[in-house]
Amino acid sequence: MSDWSRVQLHVVTGKGGTGKSTVASALALALAHKGTNVLLCEVEGRQGIARMFDVDPLPYEERRLTTGLPDDNGGRGVVHALHIDAESALLEYLSMYYRLGRAGRALDRFGVIEFATTIAPGVRDVLLSGKVYEAVQRNSRNKGAITYDAVVLDAPPTGRITQFLNVGGEVGGLAKVGPVKAQSDTMMKLFQSPQTAVHLVTLLEEMPVQETIDGITELRKAQLPVGGVVVNMVRPRDLSYDDLAAARAGSLDRERIESEVKAAGLEVTPALVDGLLHEAREHAERRALEDAQRRVVGDLGVPTYELPRMAGGVDLGALYELAGLLREQGMA
Amino acid sequence: MARRTTEHQTRVGPTSPRARQAGPLDVDALLADPATGIIVCCGSGGVGKTTTSAALALRAAEQGRKVVVLTIDPARRLAQSMGIEALDNTPRPVTGVVGDGRLDAMMLDMKRTFDEVVESQASPEKAQQILANPFYIALSSSFAGTQEYMAMEKLGQIHRDAQKEGTYDLIVVDTPPSRSALDFLDAPERLSSFLDGRFVRLLLAPARGPAKLMTAGFSIITNALTRILGAQFLKDLQMFVSALDTVFGGFRQRAQKTYSLLQADGTAFLVVAAPEPDALREAAYFVERLSEDGMPLAGLIVNRASPAPESSLPAEDALAGAGRLRRDGNGSVTAGLLRLHADQVRLVERERTLRERFAAAHPQVPTAVVPALAGDVHDLDRLRRIGELLAEAGRR
Repeated sequence: MSDWSRVQLHVVTGKGGTGKSTVASALALALAHKGTNVLLCEVEGRQGIARMFDVDPLPYEERRLTTGLPDDNGGRGVVHALHIDAESALLEYLSMYYRLGRAGRALDRFGVIEFATTIAPGVRDVLLSGKVYEAVQRNSRNKGAITYDAVVLDAPPTGRITQFLNVGGEVGGLAKVGPVKAQSDTMMKLFQSPQTAVHLVTLLEEMPVQETIDGITELRKAQLPVGGVVVNMVRPRDLSYDDLAAARAGSLDRERIESEVKAAGLEVTPALVDGLLHEAREHAERRALEDAQRRVVGDLGVPTYELPRMAGGVDLGALYELAGLLREQGMA
Repeated sequence: MARRTTEHQTRVGPTSPRARQAGPLDVDALLADPATGIIVCCGSGGVGKTTTSAALALRAAEQGRKVVVLTIDPARRLAQSMGIEALDNTPRPVTGVVGDGRLDAMMLDMKRTFDEVVESQASPEKAQQILANPFYIALSSSFAGTQEYMAMEKLGQIHRDAQKEGTYDLIVVDTPPSRSALDFLDAPERLSSFLDGRFVRLLLAPARGPAKLMTAGFSIITNALTRILGAQFLKDLQMFVSALDTVFGGFRQRAQKTYSLLQADGTAFLVVAAPEPDALREAAYFVERLSEDGMPLAGLIVNRASPAPESSLPAEDALAGAGRLRRDGNGSVTAGLLRLHADQVRLVERERTLRERFAAAHPQVPTAVVPALAGDVHDLDRLRRIGELLAEAGRR
């Protein structure tokens, strides 16, 4: 049973460089159990999904991307992908809600679409999150659209996420009445409901952890539901705590290591043993810093999940591996 | 036309000599050169731009220069260590700087900078009107892109003051964490296209000329917008656009001036990246864009590089050894050490490959590789250490 089985919209955010796109992709794969459809969306215009899954750049159109991580009995769901851009979202919105006809074309011709999506403040975020909303709560006017069991959003970074989801606040000051106001209120209702979870990706380093703490505070203030914290790129844990302490203190048993290196079939040289001991010490120091940050994350009182650092980089196979780890830990 | 090959015996193909590779980036030479007046650090988010900017500024100051560093969004403890946690939009002296130079630091307050521009350009009455307009409030505090405009504005201001009063001889700028690194360069252009956009001109038309400029097509639009957004929306928007028109004229001019200042010889761009595919892709994009725009690129800084392992044992041998120990059921420490070693070797090899690919595509860019420190940087000593590492990377 997943920790988030009631959640339909998984918003994945994180500080730049923490790997939130990787985590969003892995989560989508993990959520795609047998017989389900999952949608993975991106809104930052970077075509990160296409790169990660090694497919052609995505259009503003839901596309079947791949199959999910197999269940124990081999069953798999389907992962779809959508690249949301503000201009297309606005045109789709206008044609879905207003049969504007001539006026719709005029809006485009007079540069209103461009104006609204590049310059008009806040409108951009509302259009992007509006499309995400539509993907979760399918609009009856969108005929033949797939109803998704879960939608995963590769969202803007932690510093902007509350503003991004807080559409009521953004639009409220500008459009005080009218249908847009009503619609942004409905969107807000979904984003603030238990059907939504905002997951934060972090590394076990001071700055990203601090940003995660600040992000959680802001989300709670805006009554947006905080999901889990995904700790990414965790260093390997090949040494026991006792050995780590010894490595830090420089008291690892050199003779024992020499004899074990020999038993490992390697040539024992002072350089090799010195090197291993030095590496052990550096590793142990960094592990200690990680552990300190892990305690801080643990004190946040939200479910946490850990993903290892992939020394060889993240390719398609690695994404499935990470998806498996998320599922094992109950995130999906 | 077929080229005669007798004169220039140029080999092509895999055995041809490598394209000319630039040497390492000599940070100290750059900082010491009195001609260097502005250093701009750019790159994608999370690569350590702010720390790099602060470390460069500190190093330059301790080498005797009069430096101001303009940061955008420093981590709290780094800001505290430099004494700039108060957001007051003016440079404050950093205490603890060693030597004859000086270092001031400031953190950009985007809204305040914007307000000041409005106040300096419009009559008090009009300024009041603009500052209260909901569009202005949204634009000045939340619009993605305002930070870029304001960073340019502040840079221009500081530079003008420095020229006039001789306060600084080096300005180090940290650029905003843009979604795309290009936003910073595009700020003046986007501002212009905003003001010259058809829609804005139409909104301004009634204020400027005869009412008949309100074409039939335009009234369709206003009707549509009123239907969707309510009448107040359009009224606010119209007021906002016409009020800002006057203010923005001067602002645009200054933004363009700052843009040409960036192109001038006294400016040096440093592209900051981490040894990750995404960060280096952004860096490559930025390098290309800078050369297209004729911006003076000084080099690439690759931060957070994994430290090279001490011993030269190949990863495969280490893993094979670890496997053998595990099979024999003993040696948990050494097996662990060998696995860690293999992991480290792979990481370093991967990072090197990524850097080499970047260098193959951009051989003209001098590069400095800075190893990752354990722990975060939030005091002057650590900043100094980063500065040393940056300088050492150039001597290697």
